[in-house]
Amino acid sequence: MTTHRKTLAELEMRGDFIRRHIGPNSQQIADMLAALKLDTLEDIIPQAVPEAILNQDALALTETISERAVITHLRKMRERNRVFISMIGMGYYGTIMPAVIKRNVLENPAWYTAYTPYQAEISQGRLEALLNFQQMVTDLTAMEIANASMLDEATAAAEAMTMCKRVGKHPGTEFFVDQDTHPQTLAVLQTRARYMGYEVIIGDPQQDMSRGISQTQPFAVLLSYPGSSGQVNDLQAVIAQAHDCKALVIVASDLLALVELKPPGEMGADIVIGNSQRFGVPMGYGGPHAAFFATRKAFVRAMPGRVIGVSADQHGQPALRMVLQTREQHIRREKATSNICTSQVLLAVIAGFYTVYHGPKGLRLIASRVHRLMQLFVAGLAQHGIEISTPVFFDTVTFRLPGKARRIAARAREARINLRVIDADHLSIAFDETTTRTELSVLWQVFIGREAAALDSDALDSTLAECLPEALRRDRPLLTHPVFERYHCETEMMRYMRSLARRDIALDRAMIPLGSCTMKLNAATELQALSYREFSAMHPFAPLDQAQGYLQLFDELEEMLCDLSGFAAFTLQPNAGSQGEYTGLLVIRQYHASRGEMHRDICLIPASAHGTNPASAVMAGLRVVVVACDEQGNVDVADLQAKAGQHSERLAALMITYPSTHGVFEAAIVDICKIIHAHGGQVYLDGANMNALVGIAKPTTIGADVMHINLHKTFAIPHGGGGPGMGPVGVAGHLAPFLPDHPVVDGVNPAANEQGTIGTVSAAPWGSASILTVSWAYIAMMGAHGLRRATMVAILAANYTAHRLRDHYPVLYTGKNNMVAHECIIDLKGIRAATGITVDDVAKRLIDYGFHAPTMSFPVADTLMIEPTESENKRELDRFCDAMIAIRQEIQAVEQGIADQHNNLLKNAPHTHNLLLQEDWDKPYTKQQAFYPMRYIQDDKYWPPVGRIDNVQGDKHLFCSCVPVEEYA
Amino acid sequence: MSETKYTEEHEWLRVNAAGEVVIGITHYAQEQLGDVVFVELPAIGASIAVGSEVAVVESVKAASDIKAPLSGEVTAVNDKLHDAPELANADPEGEGWFFAMTAQDIAALDEYMDEAAYQQLINAS
Repeated sequence: MTTHRKTLAELEMRGDFIRRHIGPNSQQIADMLAALKLDTLEDIIPQAVPEAILNQDALALTETISERAVITHLRKMRERNRVFISMIGMGYYGTIMPAVIKRNVLENPAWYTAYTPYQAEISQGRLEALLNFQQMVTDLTAMEIANASMLDEATAAAEAMTMCKRVGKHPGTEFFVDQDTHPQTLAVLQTRARYMGYEVIIGDPQQDMSRGISQTQPFAVLLSYPGSSGQVNDLQAVIAQAHDCKALVIVASDLLALVELKPPGEMGADIVIGNSQRFGVPMGYGGPHAAFFATRKAFVRAMPGRVIGVSADQHGQPALRMVLQTREQHIRREKATSNICTSQVLLAVIAGFYTVYHGPKGLRLIASRVHRLMQLFVAGLAQHGIEISTPVFFDTVTFRLPGKARRIAARAREARINLRVIDADHLSIAFDETTTRTELSVLWQVFIGREAAALDSDALDSTLAECLPEALRRDRPLLTHPVFERYHCETEMMRYMRSLARRDIALDRAMIPLGSCTMKLNAATELQALSYREFSAMHPFAPLDQAQGYLQLFDELEEMLCDLSGFAAFTLQPNAGSQGEYTGLLVIRQYHASRGEMHRDICLIPASAHGTNPASAVMAGLRVVVVACDEQGNVDVADLQAKAGQHSERLAALMITYPSTHGVFEAAIVDICKIIHAHGGQVYLDGANMNALVGIAKPTTIGADVMHINLHKTFAIPHGGGGPGMGPVGVAGHLAPFLPDHPVVDGVNPAANEQGTIGTVSAAPWGSASILTVSWAYIAMMGAHGLRRATMVAILAANYTAHRLRDHYPVLYTGKNNMVAHECIIDLKGIRAATGITVDDVAKRLIDYGFHAPTMSFPVADTLMIEPTESENKRELDRFCDAMIAIRQEIQAVEQGIADQHNNLLKNAPHTHNLLLQEDWDKPYTKQQAFYPMRYIQDDKYWPPVGRIDNVQGDKHLFCSCVPVEEYA
Repeated sequence: MSETKYTEEHEWLRVNAAGEVVIGITHYAQEQLGDVVFVELPAIGASIAVGSEVAVVESVKAASDIKAPLSGEVTAVNDKLHDAPELANADPEGEGWFFAMTAQDIAALDEYMDEAAYQQLINAS
């Protein structure tokens, strides 16, 4: 027998990562193909995908590189970033992530690979962690209710503005903004306001309010506390005056400052927003971090984002869940309160744990230290005649330095410290948790040279007079819930985080077959760069010459995405898919406006679209016209033709998902795009299903002008339990000039010209920049060959799953040759009609089998949508299919009258340990059937911590803070 | 009590002794919604135009708008729904009424379906 002698290139294993990422090995792929009666993997493409859209040319992507080479490359990139100490402030601060949190949460797949906690019974761990975050926010702001995070501070402000318009019922369209507000927040507010038809008025609230804001009649007011300059003003009188004019009041604030300052809730604020980044989350050159949003309980139903609340399970035990989901875009569509779906769960979880770890005493020490150091610094300089223009401050101060601001900032840079230059005469400095007396001495030296040596911090400290007046100091107790007292030693903290993690099902435990969510592998190597200080510790407004590594990353990633999609340019600014949709639609509006066609305001959206689409269209100031779908779930081309014709004059865009939300490669897509173009419209492709296209078809061949790509689906950024996400937008050449720019950082859109961009959509110039390293590493390691193979295996896996389940559940919607795309929908309508068993019952029963349910009732009621992705091995696919088939047999027992219609394995699911411990087992089935229905479960049983949760009670009696301890007794 | 009328949006309308039109959701509507958890009602004295959204009913599955079936002014709202939204499930066409209004044009009421026509509508869907 002769053995094949391997070539040197083979031995080098450059493409080894491809087989690590793609779950099934060649034998398993062959077996799955055989089941589908196909010969080779390549056969999948002509079988499933319409020929008209296939790539004709090879991709220009570089060859695949190995895991080790990727690390080397990222290290080189990071060396081109120079990390200076940041004292720029403006909403981003140095912070120390406790190592116990870094190791057990940030670097733990149990936390970062989980999905949004829709299936509450298997998400109790992160729901509790998020509830801690909400409790922390309500305590610090003294508001009644907080949500589980927002994308960033600037978008939180924009959401607060639109919420005020909704709940205030004020007829005005003017929105007043404190001039001492972070410029990026202001820019995002202006972009949002423009397309909503509001006018942003900037002024000094202390003066303008006392003069009588009634001259302008704003529907709401945004105040900054502390201001961007560092100044802290008493807001009480201003808020009262605003309320007298029937305007609602938003306060942009800072959580660490609120440890020391009188909280805005006590001053009458209606909404309080801000960034929680400095609670243990690195700056990451702009993100990701969790913004917070708190308001009055009376406004809760108008509040954007997700809210965690306390309900009870079927046994009466307290259990957590997301409340008020009916307000979300996936149900309310164009009437939704906001288009937000992703929040920043992983980062909110970290900020919550940071608070748990430090507790009230620890936070007070940190806040007092930061405040004290700044007071010392100012006192030292005061002795040398240097004045400040912000006499009342917490940790940020603006100095008056006539003609010298730039020179001093340059000197600070020589000492590797970045300051914020406001103008030639003013400079501001922000201290943070990482500041020590060493930096104090260095900065003194920067300001006053050799004379600094005479300044003694301890001596100054003994004579210091507090700059915060008594009326502005916090006297309300801080963080009184026991969870903030319990876990201050590291052993306890480690165990607390583990005990929460083990309550959840994430990808570290089993496949998560959520349709439309692409829960693929998030490989360890891809995540490595997140822990590099040169990526994580950079302020988003650091001088660009210090961020050359990041700029290289952006360039290379944009080039990769352009190659894969066919687009001419990308913006990396939108930090979620929903933000990407909004951005893309604004680009289309601005394009029409540049051609004198601002009147084009109709957006066609198929009935099958994801609910975010119409919600985004409304935010972009568009009118939604729904296009019908036929019985196969495809767009009804005749209806589209008719509606495009009827609205030809005003047609702005079509928003369409491809492959369709029904998981099918629609054959008519090219014609559909042509129809829209013929009527002067632009085609917006929703990239949610890009995982079925990468390497085999380009959106531009299909006919798209704009598309957002969910990097957290297709390009391996972990879901983080419901965020972070990233939604870069790709555009054809004619739209590139309109992509977003940024008020603080120049050159964010190099194609910008005199026609003007859409403005700014996120706080940071390149969104959540640090996680872009994940997608870059994924694409680099997969290369053109690996990506194409991944797409084919994803389609194969979906078709194999459909094939295995078809005899047990009807598979809805298929394309040519009876093939599905990368996901399949199984229909449970018949089962419901015959037995009363619902998709919910099947989802909860899957928990007993150790699985996360597929997507429920989207895009069609009473169905389950399954997306296996390329990363799941055939063994895992079979295990899931076996479980689904076993459940079908349990349903059959009900159909045949063998099992009771109400008291059966499905209706009573999930089965908890409490049931097992009941003395009298009164169920009409065995414990074995309930708890161990299949052999594999004996090896690793997942025990749901709570039984089926009572959704009705949770939504009727909203309770969104930590559970009082006695409830658990 | 007059004859009850029904809309295609699954609302019922009935004229009370004071000549006001009382409005709520039908038994069929509450069945489709499932457990009602919250009802947002209009302000008393609000003038409303036919077809405008005047109330919202929320269940754990869905949130639906209630459209004004007539133009006029809101004269009363069912405050009990605030603490006991389940009334909309338990007795949708009685204790679970939503609001009452005066109608600018009471004759417009006649254009809505009677019970038999409504039954036909829901049987067909």
